[in-house]
Amino acid sequence: MISIKELEMKKIKDLEAQYPFIISFFENNKLNVEGFKDSTLIEYLNHFTEEEIEEWAIDIPKIKSDLETYVNQMLQFLGLEKDIVDSITILAGKDKYGNKENFEELTIKKGEIVSIVGPTGSGKSRLLADIEWAANRDTPTGRAILINGEKPDYSIRFSTGNKLVAQLSQNMNFVMDLTVKEFLELHARSRMVEKEEEVISKIIDAANQLAGEKFNPDTPVTGLSGGQSRALMIADTAILSTSPIVLIDEIENAGIDRKRALNLLVNEEKIVLMATHDPSLALMADKRIIIKNGGIHKIIETGPKEKEVLKELERIDKIIGTLRARLRSGDAIDTDTAEIMLS
Amino acid sequence: MNLVIMSGPPSSGKTSVILKTIEAIKKRGIKAGVVKFDCLYTDDDILYEKAGIPVKKGLSGSLCPDHFFASNIEEVVRWGKKEGLNLLITESAGLCNRCSPYIKNIKAVCVIDNLSGINTPKKIGPMLKSADIVVITKGDIVSQAEREVFASRVNSVNPQAVIMSVNGLTGQGAFELSTLIYDENSNVETVKGSKLRFPMPSALCSYCLGETRIGEEYQMGNVRKMDIGGENDQH
Repeated sequence: MISIKELEMKKIKDLEAQYPFIISFFENNKLNVEGFKDSTLIEYLNHFTEEEIEEWAIDIPKIKSDLETYVNQMLQFLGLEKDIVDSITILAGKDKYGNKENFEELTIKKGEIVSIVGPTGSGKSRLLADIEWAANRDTPTGRAILINGEKPDYSIRFSTGNKLVAQLSQNMNFVMDLTVKEFLELHARSRMVEKEEEVISKIIDAANQLAGEKFNPDTPVTGLSGGQSRALMIADTAILSTSPIVLIDEIENAGIDRKRALNLLVNEEKIVLMATHDPSLALMADKRIIIKNGGIHKIIETGPKEKEVLKELERIDKIIGTLRARLRSGDAIDTDTAEIMLS
Repeated sequence: MNLVIMSGPPSSGKTSVILKTIEAIKKRGIKAGVVKFDCLYTDDDILYEKAGIPVKKGLSGSLCPDHFFASNIEEVVRWGKKEGLNLLITESAGLCNRCSPYIKNIKAVCVIDNLSGINTPKKIGPMLKSADIVVITKGDIVSQAEREVFASRVNSVNPQAVIMSVNGLTGQGAFELSTLIYDENSNVETVKGSKLRFPMPSALCSYCLGETRIGEEYQMGNVRKMDIGGENDQH
């Protein structure tokens, strides 16, 4: 633990050199240290006049205690041997009528894909929330979540830097006015990754392999098509997000290669949970969870017959994709679907 | 009685978050009520009534809603006690990003949404910076990257707060929030003599007093001029 007393005695320029993340603390708290680099922190903080303190709502004691917390948080975050999540285990709770769920425990390992199916309102959100919160028999379902077979450190619930779960949902949009490159830089900086350039070009390449139409780094994120946006979100989550578990709420079947998208997540050693109504996606998973009345009703392993059906579905998806591309480029369709498959 | 002061910019999802949180807390046999503060209009009280939650509303009209809050909170607490509430939540919209209704030793929750833009944590003053819990909403409609960047910005302006996501539509996260805002060992009898966490600005000028005419000769009291030419006077 570094105390604020130690920090106060250091010069601003030394603080910035030793703790580069302090620059964003100054920036976000509108502390303009320009011209004070050779002053100590306490000299800087004491230079504000009464009038400035009131005018700009500056709370010096709060800034001091915040800064102490922030520096220690960041040091801990950077120094942390990231706990590797190899598996999560769901221990059965009860459905909304109080009946015990129809299973004992379910372990999902990294690189595995599990789909979640069930009617709207059946309890999918609650299951996802239980995982996100690392439930410990203390949520309405009474489920417990284990990480690597053990109860996790529950401080994970409140961590902003080490969230257990990243979410990708159908309604998501980019809202920032930035280009793809600027956007990824911003994300990379908030994650404090080294080799920023390398990571960014890796994400753009991966996204372009998923998207039907390629985009370049200077495209504004708000100008991407639906398929390109989803491709970028998935590639970014796979590569840049530290969360070991990815929860997906449906991936629409347009402008994106869904099988590749899932492979990318699996190759980056994510645990993938996917709520879906789409048969192809449901069958691409290794297992599927059936939710009914707020509880897990069944767990089914994707069987050999289902894998065959999946092949057929993939063939149909490919026909639709090819037809879409041909219609968009202005072609007339003069072949039957069997020939499309050969083309 | 537990008292929780919830605040946040307009349309950030405060009411939805409170409704979902109370829904979760009711199941534990806790009686919760809400007092809604707003400026000119609100019909959120109807939403609370529909949900069977005891509610009062206060419209500040020509006054700053946060100043109005501070002048009324003692009576509001008395009402909550009379109703026999275990938990009283006050909801108020922060309009100017400078005032904040939080009181020392009373749990303070700020609700802000992912859609408001990543510079918003910078723009909001004490309402965000001095909250104990920051609830971030609308995470289901922006990308994972934006959620992560937004949360890290919030963390940099208020590193001591608990930061959590709540989905006001599905209620995801509301149960978890409910476990943080109610503490059976906490009891507020009165807020008389309590202090605001941060003073509100002393912005008394002729326009506060009803002046409508434009022009330097009509401006009195606390008047400040922009620096239009040359250097910017902002920090």
